[in-house]
Amino acid sequence: MSWTRKIMRVNLTEGSISEEPLNMEWADQYIGQRGLATRYFVEETDPKCDPLGPDNKLIFATGPLTGTMASTGGRYSVITKGPLTGAIACSNSGGFIGAELKSAGWDMVICEGRSPSPVMLHIVDDKVELLPADDLWGKSVWDTDKLIHQKLNDPQIRIAAIGRSAEAGCLYAAVINDLHRAAGRSGVGTVMASKNLKAMAVRGTLGVGNVKDPKRFMQVTAEQKQVLAENAVTGQGLPAMGTQVLMNVINEIGALPTNNMREVQFKDANKISAEAMAEPRESDGKPNLTTNAACFGCTIACGRISTIDKGHFTVENKPEYWGNSGGLEYEAAWALGADTGVGDLDALTYANFVCNEDGFDPISFGATVAAAMELFEEGVVTAEQTDGMELRFGSAEALAWCAEKVASGEGFGADLGLGSKRLCEKYGRPELSMTVKGQEFPAYDPRGVQGMGLTYATSNRGACHLRSYTVASEVLGIPEKTDPLSVDGKAGLVKAFQDATAAVDSTGLCVFTTFAWSLDNIAPQVDAACEGGWTAEKLLEAGERIWNLERDYIQRAGLTGADDNLPKRLLKDAAKTGPAEGKVAGLDVMLPEYYQIRGWTSDGQLTDETRSKFGLPA
Amino acid sequence: MNVTFKLFASLATYLPDDAKDNAVEIEVGRDTTPNQLIERFRLPEREVHLVLKNGVFLQPFDRNTPLEHQDVLAIWPPVAGG
Repeated sequence: MSWTRKIMRVNLTEGSISEEPLNMEWADQYIGQRGLATRYFVEETDPKCDPLGPDNKLIFATGPLTGTMASTGGRYSVITKGPLTGAIACSNSGGFIGAELKSAGWDMVICEGRSPSPVMLHIVDDKVELLPADDLWGKSVWDTDKLIHQKLNDPQIRIAAIGRSAEAGCLYAAVINDLHRAAGRSGVGTVMASKNLKAMAVRGTLGVGNVKDPKRFMQVTAEQKQVLAENAVTGQGLPAMGTQVLMNVINEIGALPTNNMREVQFKDANKISAEAMAEPRESDGKPNLTTNAACFGCTIACGRISTIDKGHFTVENKPEYWGNSGGLEYEAAWALGADTGVGDLDALTYANFVCNEDGFDPISFGATVAAAMELFEEGVVTAEQTDGMELRFGSAEALAWCAEKVASGEGFGADLGLGSKRLCEKYGRPELSMTVKGQEFPAYDPRGVQGMGLTYATSNRGACHLRSYTVASEVLGIPEKTDPLSVDGKAGLVKAFQDATAAVDSTGLCVFTTFAWSLDNIAPQVDAACEGGWTAEKLLEAGERIWNLERDYIQRAGLTGADDNLPKRLLKDAAKTGPAEGKVAGLDVMLPEYYQIRGWTSDGQLTDETRSKFGLPA
Repeated sequence: MNVTFKLFASLATYLPDDAKDNAVEIEVGRDTTPNQLIERFRLPEREVHLVLKNGVFLQPFDRNTPLEHQDVLAIWPPVAGG
């Protein structure tokens, strides 16, 4: 089986490290990564714990296929209680460090307590140590990465780190690995900072052995790579255009949240799209997009690598930003662009670079800036708070200034680091926050894509597109087309996506494979690698179990059905343009049906019967 | 009558040179259908996936319904993101 059967426990308070066998009974029920780490987390932490206190735990978890030759098998997740939401936080990242951790012989690293001073975790196979990191505290992710590589004299070592924003208490700080891949959402980086853990550096030389049936695994992974290669989306669309191809699609269907979701279409969408990224700039004749890029083992390669025009105002006389780095993905481009009304592609790219450099989530950041811009335009926030900066929709200067402020946590950057919910509450206008359970929306307006309203409202980690990406069906026709403006059947659609995605997120594979693969394509790969008789049905059952476990945890943490809600703007203010004109989010129709399908009570509570059905802890 | 014709992603290369922001205004005869425009611009059948009329998805069987003055027809190959 391709679990290493070994987990590492790091007690940061005591500075001790120990090894434990993996609970294989749980692995059979929760697979790995998201699901299995959540099972450990639920067992070991008090749901009422302070997310930034020593009682919270921080788990880095791989899946059984992480580090194997399965396509996209390089994923890991960070599981903790999120400071932005008070709910379960589970942020998934690609890059290379997940596979490296597995190759070092570890399924999971559980960090607990709080170190009395800054430290970093150094892992070389089974040799593990905590090293002082006082010299790294106060440094950006990029500087930290460089210094660790120099200090350890190992160019191949893989690093995940937090930046200055996390240290400053930004509630949506990320864990950044491999310079520009992010476990981005819910403030997992903030938790890492609260534990005085600056970085994790990993070198694995053991490889991933113990695949159950190596010959069958080689055969089935090769067959499934062929499926990805022959699929128009995963074989051609994503590598060529990246996720950013959606910008014009979502604008055209009238579901591109604009100016803090006051509108549903953005006049400059085309200027910040995939098509624009590939177009030579008028200023220097070079395109924003340099090339695509792949994470470990990935045969899709949707990643964007970009450069900014050296003469652009954001980077003039700043050569550290002139090179290639992680470019705009769709969600980031939307939050930094359409939601703030900024149509300057290089300004968005600069803000994205800064998010990576100092480790914070561009979705929550962009959406919080959008809320701040609305507060400014309403006269609630004034130039007095912003050192004279005019925070107006459409201002690229304001966007770049906000990114720099959140990176350092200075001045108004501390307010922006609170996230949209707490910012709007602080200034007495909570209704202007476009959040669910304290987390900012991604890039689809629920008035124009109805299933996403239910997706956001019921996501266990607060508003999130990745928990059930019904856009695939409602807009893109994958696996089959449904009407984005209708609420009919969406409760079942959302549940199906939620359960399947929870399973995929627990395997070590990337959810983008599901544009070509179903669980029928994934199950034979898991089954060839792992003992347990893995079928699509067993994976789906595990996905549903994981979803209910997460739900049970957030209920014990104090969230209720009343938190499965959307801002009034989306429930009361109809879309003004496009196909959704006149429509609001139909949550009132979808939510009761969803609870019923889930087998929960009419106010969204898990029942003992449901707990018993999935064998959840009492 | 006039319609706006938009092509995105890999289909953008099928637009005429005077297209701007992936769109071109064209004059068409009455009763022109989406399928007739797809044929006129020589779009490969397997790359015609997401066809939107005024932002609303057209099922393949709807693509022989005539367009109206000032309609916007936008077409993508199979794409996805997220």
